[in-house]
Amino acid sequence: MADPKPVSERPLSPHLQIYRPMLTMMMSIVHRITGAALFFGTLLMAWWLIAAASGPTAYATFQWFAGSIIGRLVLFGYTWALFHHMLGGIRHFIWDTGRGFGPSEREWLVRANLVGSIVLTVLTWIVAYAVRGGF
Amino acid sequence: MSHSKSSMRTPLGRVRGLGSARSGTEHFWMQRVTAVANVPLSLFVIGLIITTAGSNYAAVKATLGAPLVAIPLILFVVSATWHMRLGMQMIIEDYVPAEGTKVVLLLANTFFSVAVGMGCVFAILKLSFGV
Repeated sequence: MADPKPVSERPLSPHLQIYRPMLTMMMSIVHRITGAALFFGTLLMAWWLIAAASGPTAYATFQWFAGSIIGRLVLFGYTWALFHHMLGGIRHFIWDTGRGFGPSEREWLVRANLVGSIVLTVLTWIVAYAVRGGF
Repeated sequence: MSHSKSSMRTPLGRVRGLGSARSGTEHFWMQRVTAVANVPLSLFVIGLIITTAGSNYAAVKATLGAPLVAIPLILFVVSATWHMRLGMQMIIEDYVPAEGTKVVLLLANTFFSVAVGMGCVFAILKLSFGV
């Protein structure tokens, strides 16, 4: 909450546009974007739970949305955002210990993050369809 | 002791109250604490959604109201909404330099997170206790 108001016009440090895009940088940005998406996506969780608490009619409305094409696309995206942010968090836990900052290690970590999030999302949906046929 | 001569406060006195930001490392630390909690809890919730998807209303109601489902579900809601409030606070502080807008957005962030969290907790408790 530090006040950033500049006292005088000082030169600013270079921002995004000056850097060549790198995977670690892109994944850092994606971590924030998925976090923000999950933030607003909690409205879906609230809808699900409050509909279940409200009664069969409200729950049927939620089920109709979740079962629609748009609903499933949103839920699929939400699943991916969740796994991506979760694995990104684990990556940050590793970095918090001071490990994994080497050039090859950090590249490996972000690749594992990306591949892992896609694999886990697809697996989750395969399991969901196998168990229940989705929503 | 090499602190500034202009201050008569001891180094200990200066760190009490957690420094100039008044919050010290608490934001960083609680983000990690809730992040650790979120890993198993969100895996549980994913499993829960998969098993309740496609069930009829009575079955869903019974599942969500069962103590061993409702308790971790409430823990997830509290941990996740806490975590998202901290994360969105960081985004707002990073990208909104205008003081007024920033304060309004920080308030909105807290209100949204608490409203979602309390709404979910209320719904789970209602499913658990009936009525």
